[in-house]
Amino acid sequence: MMKDPAEELYREEIMDHYQNPRNYGKMESPDIAYHDYNPVCGDEVEMQLKLEDGMVKEAMFTGKGCTISQAAASMLTGEVRGKGIKDAVAMTQSDMLKIIRINPGPVRVKCAMLALRALQKGIIQHEAAKAR
Amino acid sequence: MTLNANRIREDFPILKRKIYGKPLVYLDNAATTQKPRQVIRAINDYYENYNSNVHRAVHLLSQEATKAYDDAHEKVGNLIGAKIEEVAFTKNTTESLNMVASSLGQKLKKDDEIILTRMEHHSNMVPWQQAAKRTGAAIKYAEIDGNGELDMRQMRQLIGKKTKIIAFTHISNVLGTINPAKEIIAAAKEAGAITVVDAAQSVPHMLVDVKKLDCDFLAFSAHKMLGPTGIGVLYGKEEMLENMEPMLYGGDMISEASYEDAKWNELPWKFEAGTPNVAGAVGMAAAVEYLQKIGMQNIQEHEKKLTATAMKKLRQIEGLTIYGPEAPKRGGLVAFGMDGVHTHDVSALLDLQGIAVRGGHHCAMPLAKLLGINGSTRASFYIYNTPEEVDMLADALENVAARMRNPGK
Repeated sequence: MMKDPAEELYREEIMDHYQNPRNYGKMESPDIAYHDYNPVCGDEVEMQLKLEDGMVKEAMFTGKGCTISQAAASMLTGEVRGKGIKDAVAMTQSDMLKIIRINPGPVRVKCAMLALRALQKGIIQHEAAKAR
Repeated sequence: MTLNANRIREDFPILKRKIYGKPLVYLDNAATTQKPRQVIRAINDYYENYNSNVHRAVHLLSQEATKAYDDAHEKVGNLIGAKIEEVAFTKNTTESLNMVASSLGQKLKKDDEIILTRMEHHSNMVPWQQAAKRTGAAIKYAEIDGNGELDMRQMRQLIGKKTKIIAFTHISNVLGTINPAKEIIAAAKEAGAITVVDAAQSVPHMLVDVKKLDCDFLAFSAHKMLGPTGIGVLYGKEEMLENMEPMLYGGDMISEASYEDAKWNELPWKFEAGTPNVAGAVGMAAAVEYLQKIGMQNIQEHEKKLTATAMKKLRQIEGLTIYGPEAPKRGGLVAFGMDGVHTHDVSALLDLQGIAVRGGHHCAMPLAKLLGINGSTRASFYIYNTPEEVDMLADALENVAARMRNPGK
């Protein structure tokens, strides 16, 4: 039987992360803080990371926007803890969609990708600054 | 005579579609409208029976295509009260407005002023910004009040000796405001300014007569009025178009050419360089015929009723804010926000109930910022929408509110 698409896109896990976001808030002295937003719909997130030995030790976020953008950020903070920063930068769209386990469709995929892109931009900027 | 929406719906094959198993309720007409069989058939008929280039060959197919293409100009002209010479076909409203901005822009000088309103679509703002940048002209904005109406007093104060162009939207695609076009144009005339009307949201929904308005230019698109995408109109007063430089050069827009120079063709062909969108023109003509058969006044009346019902029903939903003015100053659209719920979620959850609306800033980002919002959800009506569909929208919005309302975060 076909799943109700509403239950798919707005299933309990997504709504739960949206309503009770994990790792939400401002971190004290993060190594990386990167704010990004989608001007088209106004979704925004700030990803904050603490690093240790080339690994993500802690991840937090703040933000506002649609269910998908905020749930994705919440789920991502849990997922990247303990990950090597190189691996985090190498994560793809399909990796992110596997984490949130929905197919947001061609228009809203940008919402789903906002947090990962912010995290990756933050790491790349941080590494570039370190290399200088 | 009133319009029979249920009878009209029979002409639109797409309205039989199911969306996630539910009947399609199409309320995104301000973005684009659906197409009746009559329009689809006319386009098919052209390609199957008389497809040919126009204005060139003497063979029968070309004669038929040329006649259909020229007739389309006449029919569109007839809709807005213009002569065929004054009706140039373009790609869409955006291209029409760009043509005017780029051509008039060449004549602007430093310190000349262009007046726009705070409620312009990007397509009637960005081309003028660029014209101003190239010439050193300044852009002044007519403000809007708390109801989403133009502050005419402030606008009159803006209009002066330096004002060269006043470009404004006839009906706002976000607020639904019907602007007092005649009044603005009269004030512009007094100051000797050229007027440009973005009629993308008005020509499809009401009787617009360019002679009564007395505007210098007016732009609209076929796809927002039952016609195909890829074809639009630039109306210009004959003397305005005579004095205007074309934006594109090439075939069909010249009367004679040498290796050194060329002379422009007569109006309106001077503005239609290259092989035009003949199928689009044929489709647009069929759309105009369809609309005129129903009657533009009946269309406006029908939308007015739907909008009034929608405003009344939506107001009863807790946490819902409607943007823009009351009837009769409002066209057939309602944009709103739901407290604490992102417009993407509102529109996605409506979609899942079969209801197509638009969420976002509606190509008017500065306006959203001025209203202090990220965007809004917009329901926009047309001839095939019914009061039952408005009820379905209201019920579906209640569902969305119930689902998203939560004490968390």
